[in-house]
Amino acid sequence: MAPAKKRNVSSAKTTGQSVKTAKLDLDSKVERILESRKHANDVFDILEVLESEKEKDVNTAVSACSKLFCTLLERKDLFIGKLPGEEEAVSGGSGPGEKYSIFMRHRYNSCVEMLLDHLSHEAHSVKESALCCLMKFAAGEGLHPLEDLDWSEHYSFPRELIQTVVDRLLSKTTDNTLVLSRFQEFLEMEDVRFYAMSSIRDSAGKVMDKNQGAVMPIYQNNVFTLISNISMPSQESELTNFMVKQEAKHEDWKAAKLNEHKRVFERMWLGFLKYRLPSSMYKKVLVILHDSILPHMSKPTLMIDFLTAAYEVGGAISLLALNGLFVLIHQHNLDYPDFYKKLYNLLEPSIFHVKYKARFFHLANIFLSSSHLPVYLVAAFAKRLARLALTAPPAALLIVLPFIYNLIRRHPSCRVLIHKPSTEDEPLEDPYLMDEEDPAQCCALESSLWEVKTLQKHYHPDVAKAAMLINKPLSEQEEDISEVLELTVFELMERDLKQTQTKTIPLEFETASQLLQGGGNVLGQHFCLN
Amino acid sequence: MGKVAKKRSLADKVRKTKTSSEIKNNPFEVKINRKKFEVLGRKTKHDVGLPGVSRSKANTKRKETLLKEYKQKNKCSKFIDRRFGEYDTNMAPEDKILQRFAMERQRGHDKKDMFNLNEEEELTHYGQSLAEIEKFNDLANSDDESEEKGLLSAELTASHFGGGGGLLRRKASGDQHEDEGGHRAKSRQELIEELIQKSKQEKRQRQVQREEAQELTEKLDQDWKSIQALMVKKTPRAEQADEPEEKPKLDKYDMMVRELGFEMKAQPSERMKTPEELAREAREKLQTLEADRLRRMMGQEVGDSVQRQSHLSADDLNDGFILDKDDQKTLAYEDGKWNIGEETGEDGDEDAEEGESGEEDESEAEEQDEDGDEEAEEEGEEEGGSSEEEEEDGHSDLDSEQESEDEGRQQQEDEETSAEVEKSLSKEEVKAQQEAAKAELPYTFTAPEKYSDLKDLLYGHTPDNQRLIVARTQKCNHPSLAVGNKLKLQKMFGFLLEYIGELATRSPPELTAINKLIPELYALCQMFPDVACKALQSLLGDAAHGLEEVLEVKGHVAFPALDMLIYLKVTALLFPTSDFRHPATTPALLYISQALTKCPVRSLKDITTGLVLCCLAVEYVSFSKRFLPELINFLAGTLHLAVQDKTSLGYAVVPPFRTSGRNGDLLVLSDAESCKNWSKKELPLSATHHLELQTDLDRDQHRLMCLSTCLDLVKRCCLLYKDLMSFPQIFQPIRTLLSKYLQVQTLPEPLQELHSTILEVISAAPVTNTPLVFEKKKPIPLKLLTPKIVEVLDYGKKRGSTKDEREKERLNHKYKKEFKGALREIRKDSRFLAREKLNEVMNRDSERKRKVKELFGSLATQEGEWKALKRRKNRR
Repeated sequence: MAPAKKRNVSSAKTTGQSVKTAKLDLDSKVERILESRKHANDVFDILEVLESEKEKDVNTAVSACSKLFCTLLERKDLFIGKLPGEEEAVSGGSGPGEKYSIFMRHRYNSCVEMLLDHLSHEAHSVKESALCCLMKFAAGEGLHPLEDLDWSEHYSFPRELIQTVVDRLLSKTTDNTLVLSRFQEFLEMEDVRFYAMSSIRDSAGKVMDKNQGAVMPIYQNNVFTLISNISMPSQESELTNFMVKQEAKHEDWKAAKLNEHKRVFERMWLGFLKYRLPSSMYKKVLVILHDSILPHMSKPTLMIDFLTAAYEVGGAISLLALNGLFVLIHQHNLDYPDFYKKLYNLLEPSIFHVKYKARFFHLANIFLSSSHLPVYLVAAFAKRLARLALTAPPAALLIVLPFIYNLIRRHPSCRVLIHKPSTEDEPLEDPYLMDEEDPAQCCALESSLWEVKTLQKHYHPDVAKAAMLINKPLSEQEEDISEVLELTVFELMERDLKQTQTKTIPLEFETASQLLQGGGNVLGQHFCLN
Repeated sequence: MGKVAKKRSLADKVRKTKTSSEIKNNPFEVKINRKKFEVLGRKTKHDVGLPGVSRSKANTKRKETLLKEYKQKNKCSKFIDRRFGEYDTNMAPEDKILQRFAMERQRGHDKKDMFNLNEEEELTHYGQSLAEIEKFNDLANSDDESEEKGLLSAELTASHFGGGGGLLRRKASGDQHEDEGGHRAKSRQELIEELIQKSKQEKRQRQVQREEAQELTEKLDQDWKSIQALMVKKTPRAEQADEPEEKPKLDKYDMMVRELGFEMKAQPSERMKTPEELAREAREKLQTLEADRLRRMMGQEVGDSVQRQSHLSADDLNDGFILDKDDQKTLAYEDGKWNIGEETGEDGDEDAEEGESGEEDESEAEEQDEDGDEEAEEEGEEEGGSSEEEEEDGHSDLDSEQESEDEGRQQQEDEETSAEVEKSLSKEEVKAQQEAAKAELPYTFTAPEKYSDLKDLLYGHTPDNQRLIVARTQKCNHPSLAVGNKLKLQKMFGFLLEYIGELATRSPPELTAINKLIPELYALCQMFPDVACKALQSLLGDAAHGLEEVLEVKGHVAFPALDMLIYLKVTALLFPTSDFRHPATTPALLYISQALTKCPVRSLKDITTGLVLCCLAVEYVSFSKRFLPELINFLAGTLHLAVQDKTSLGYAVVPPFRTSGRNGDLLVLSDAESCKNWSKKELPLSATHHLELQTDLDRDQHRLMCLSTCLDLVKRCCLLYKDLMSFPQIFQPIRTLLSKYLQVQTLPEPLQELHSTILEVISAAPVTNTPLVFEKKKPIPLKLLTPKIVEVLDYGKKRGSTKDEREKERLNHKYKKEFKGALREIRKDSRFLAREKLNEVMNRDSERKRKVKELFGSLATQEGEWKALKRRKNRR
C-alpha cells in the first residue's frame, strides 16, 4: 500500500490548499472510485479529510463518504459475511473482485468508526451530519445486509450499528440534547425505534451498573431527553413506517407488533427508573408519567413500586406522583392504603407556591369528589385548606375558596363548618389540631371556618368577594374550579387593568407633597431619601 | 208644527237673553239623573243635565251647518275670493298681507300722485296719521282724550250729534229761503268758522296748560327722585311719627339716612369667613371625602363621586379649570371704602413706581410672585395637606392663567400678592434675587413633546428648580389656554413618570429630585386622573408581566428595582389605597404581593428591598386594615433569617423562604459585640439599589437595622390585624419564632422592647371565636289574604288580562260608544232636515192657500160686483 500512502500525502497537500477545491476534489474522487476499481486507493484521501480538524472539511468528507459507501452498498461491492483480516485477504488467494470488496469493507468499517467518533465531536453540525450518514448506512445495511445469515431464521436489521450509535449518543460527559432531537426524527421509523429502545435499555443497564447505581446527571439527562420524546403508536395499524422492509414474514417480525413495542418500551423505562434519579429528573419523569408513559406500557401496574416510592418522598415529588397513582387507582384497580391520610399530609403551606398547584388541585378535586368519603375526612381537608389559605397568594386563594365550597356542597353534613347554630353563644377556642397527622383525630368537625371569615378582609377584591359567600347558604351548583386553576397573578391583575372604566377614577384627596409621606408614614419612619 | 217651532224659537230667544246661572238655577231647565246608589270615589259627569240648553245649542249648530248645506244643495254658483294669494298655501300670511298692501299702494299711487314729488305719503295707524300721533305724548294724548270726552258742551254736542240735525234743519230752512239771499248762508259759514276757531283756541290753551303742568311734574319728579332714597325703606308710620322731631336736626338726620339708604342699596357681598368657619368648612369637606372613601372601601358603588364638582356648567370644558367666585371681584366694602377704588389707587401708586425702573420691575414682580406662591404652598404643606391648600393651588393656577392672558393685569395682581413679601425684603436682597433668578430660569416653557425634551429641559437643574420648571410648564400650558394643551400636559405626566423612574435608576439615585417633583405629579394627576391611571397601570402591568415571564424562564426572579418601588409609592400617593377595588392601587398591591412571594432573598440588599415592599404594603392596607398574607409570610421569613439554630423548627416558613439552605443566615449577627454601639437610624432607600458593606461591623449594623424595621412592621401588623378572627393562627409562626427561637438576649435594648411588645399584643388577642352562623335571612312572610289592589281604568270590564287585551277592549268600547253617538247624531240630523223640509212644504202650502184665497176673494168680489151691476141693470 505504499503508493496509496504517497497519494495520501499529496492529497493532504491539496486539501490544505482550499476548501472549495477540496470539495470538488472529493466529489471527483468519489466519482473516480465508483467509476473504476483502479482508483480505489483514493478512499484513503477521503478518510484522511474525514479526520481533519476543520469543521467544513469534515462535513464535506462525511457527505462524500455517505455517497460513496451507500453506492457501494447498493452495488454489493462490500464484502458480505465474516470479514477476514486485511493482511490475510491481501496475501490470501482470492479473486481481485473479492480482494477489492474486502478492502472496501475494511475502509467502510474504519469510516463507520470515524463517524461514531464524530458523534462526540464539539461542533453540532459535524455530529448531525455524522449521525445522518450513519443512519443512511444503517438503512443501506438493512437493505443489503453485510452479514451472511440464514434468511429464514433472522430478520435483516443493522442492530449492531444502531446499538453503537445509541451508545455513542448517550454520552456520559456532554449534553447531547440537540443531536438527540435529530435522532428523534429517525425514531419515527418503527423498526429503528424498536431496536433503539432495546439498545437504550441495554446501554442504561450497562452504564448504571458500572457506576454502581450512583446518580449520573448528564448521562441520565441524555437518556431522559431521548426516551421522553419517543412517540409510541397507539394502534397496530399505525405501524407502517419502516426503514427496512422484510421481504418474508414481515408480519411475524417483532418490530411490526405493537405488543412487542410496548414491552420493549416498558422494559426500557423500568430499566431507566430502576436506578436512583436526581430530584429534578424525578420531577420531570413524574410530570410526563401519566401522560406519555403509562398508556404505552403493557403492564402499567409495574410502575406501582416506583410511584409509591415517589409518593413517600414528600413535597413536590409526592404531588407529582399523585397523578400517576390516580391513573393506577382509577384504571388498574390499585388499592392504596392510607391514601387520603397521605394526601391530607401533603397539604402544606408550600402547595400554594409550587409550580404544580394547578395539577394538584385538579387531582385533589377528583379524589375528593367521591360522595362515599367520611364526613370527618372531608371536614379535615376543608379545615386544613382553610388554615393554609391564611398564607396563600391571591391566585391560589381563588382556587382554594371554591374548592372548599365544593367540598361542603358535596357533603352537606360538612355545612356545620360554616353554619353551626347553637343555643349557647359562647365563644370557643379553635379545637382544630393543625399538627395532627390523622384526619380522623384533628377535630375539624368541631371547628368552624373562621379563616374564610378572616379572608373576607383580604386585600384583593375578588378574594374578599369569594370569601363573602359563606355569609349566606351556599348555592346548590358546584363551582367549576378548572377555570381558575391556571390563573396567574398577571391575569388577575389584568382584570383590573383591562376594565373599561366609564366611571371616573377616584383620586387621593390628601395632597401629596413628599415621597415618603402618607399611609401612616411607615416608609418614612424606616427609610430616608439619601 | 208651526206653532211648536215658533214656541221653540221663542224659548231659544228667552234662553239666549238669560245668563247661564239663571238657567242653571231654573228648576224647569234642569234635569237630574237620579242615581240608584252612590259609588264612592266615582265622579259622574252626567248627574245634572240641561236638556233645553243643549237642544237649542244643537239646533243652532245645525242651522249654521246642515241647513246651509241643505239650502246650497243643487246650486252651482260659488263664492270665489279673488284677493291676491288667497288660495296660495305656499305664501306666509305676512307675505300675503305685505303683497296685498303693496298692490293697494300701487293702485292708489298710479292715479293721483303720479307727479307728486315733495309730498310724502302719509303713514297711518288705524286710519290716523302717524305724524299726528307722534306729536303728542301718549300721556298727554290720553289726557286729551279724556278731557275731550268729559267735555260735553251743548255746542259741541249740537255740532257733533244734534248739531248735524240743527245744521240740516237750518239748511233745509235755508233751502226754503234760498232765494232770499247769501246773507243767511254766509252767517252759517261764519258760524262754522267761528266754531272751529273757538275750538282751536281752546285746544291751544289746553295744550299750553298741559305743557306747563308737565314741566311742573317733571320738576317734581326730579325733586322726588333726589329724596326718594330717604323714603325707600321707611315704613310710612315711622316716618309720620318721626317727622315732627327730625325737622330741627335735618343735617345729621340727612346724613344718617343717606348712609342708611346706601347701605340698603348696596348688594350684599359674600361675608368674609372667620378662621373658625374656614376650618370647619375644610373639616366638612374632608369629612365628606372621608365618608366617600369609606364607602368605596366597603366596595359599595358610589353614584356620584363627591370629588367631582357638584355642578358642571354647560361651558365647562372639563379641564379642571374652576372658575371660582372668589376669583371675580365683587363690589364690596373693605374697611369702609370701595374695593375698586383702593385697587385703582394702588395701581396708580404702582404705576408711578414702575415708571422709572421699567422692565426690571416687571420681572421682579414676577419673581416675587413666584416666591409668594412658593411660600404659601409651603405653609399649606406644613399644615398637613389640608384641602384649603388645594384651593389655594387652584387659585394660584388661575392667577397664572390670567397673567399670561393679560400682562397688564397680571402685574397688578402680582403686586398685590407679593406686597407683603416685598416689604419684608430689603431692596438689595431683592435685586440680588432678581439677578439670580434672571440668570437661572425663564418663565415660560413649551410643553415637552418627547421624553427627551423633558430631559433636556430639566437637565442640570437643582431639584428645586426642576420642580419650578415643571410647575411653570404646567401653568404655561394650562388646558384652558389653548386647544392642544390638554394633550400636551397629559403627555407630560407620562414623561414625568418616566423621568422619575430614570432618576431612581441612576446611581446614586436622585431621590431628592423625585421628592420635589411629587407635588407636580399630584397636581397633574388631579387634572387628568384617567391618563395618570392609565400610565401607572401600564407601568405596573409591564412590570408584573416581566416578572412572570422571567419566572417562567428562570424559575426565580430578582427583587424589583428602586424605580418600581418609587412607582408603587407614587401610586399610593396619587390614588386612594383603601378602595375595595381601584384600577391602579389593586394591581399595585398585587404586584407587591407577587414580588414578596416570588423573589427569593439572597442578600442583605434583597432584604432591604423586601422590607421597603413590606413598608409599602403596610401603608397600602393601613387604612383599610385588609389582610395581606404575603406580608406576614415575608416578615416571618425575614425573622427566620435571623434565627441562629435552624434545626427542629416548630413553625413552617412559606416560600420564597426555606427552612434551611444557602443564604439562610443572612440576618444572623456575625459578632454579638456589634450590637453594643448600635442605635436606630433610618435606612437609606438607595440601599435597595446599591448596597456596599465592607466590614462585618457595617454588615451587622445593617442587619440590626433591618431586624428593627422588621420587628416594627410586625408590631404594626399585629395592631392592624388585631381584630381578625384568625389572628392567633396567622401570628402563630411568628409567635413561636419570637418566643422560642430568636435569641433576644443578644439583641440591643430597643429590639428587645419591640420583641416583648409584639409578644404581648399577640398573646393579648382573644383566642376564642363564636361558631360561624349564616347571616340571618329575612323570614319569608306568610301568604296574606289582603286584597290585591289593581289599578282599574275601565269599570265593569274584564280585568286581569294582558295589557294588549285590555287595550283592545278599551278601544272596542270606545268604538262602540263613538258608533252609537254617530248614529244618534245622524238620526238627529235627518230629523232636523225632515222638519225643515216639512216646514218648507207647509210654508209653501200656506202661501198657496193664501194666494188661492186671495184669488177666490178677488174673484168673489168681481163676481159680486158683476152681480151687483147686473142687479142694478136689472133694476133699471
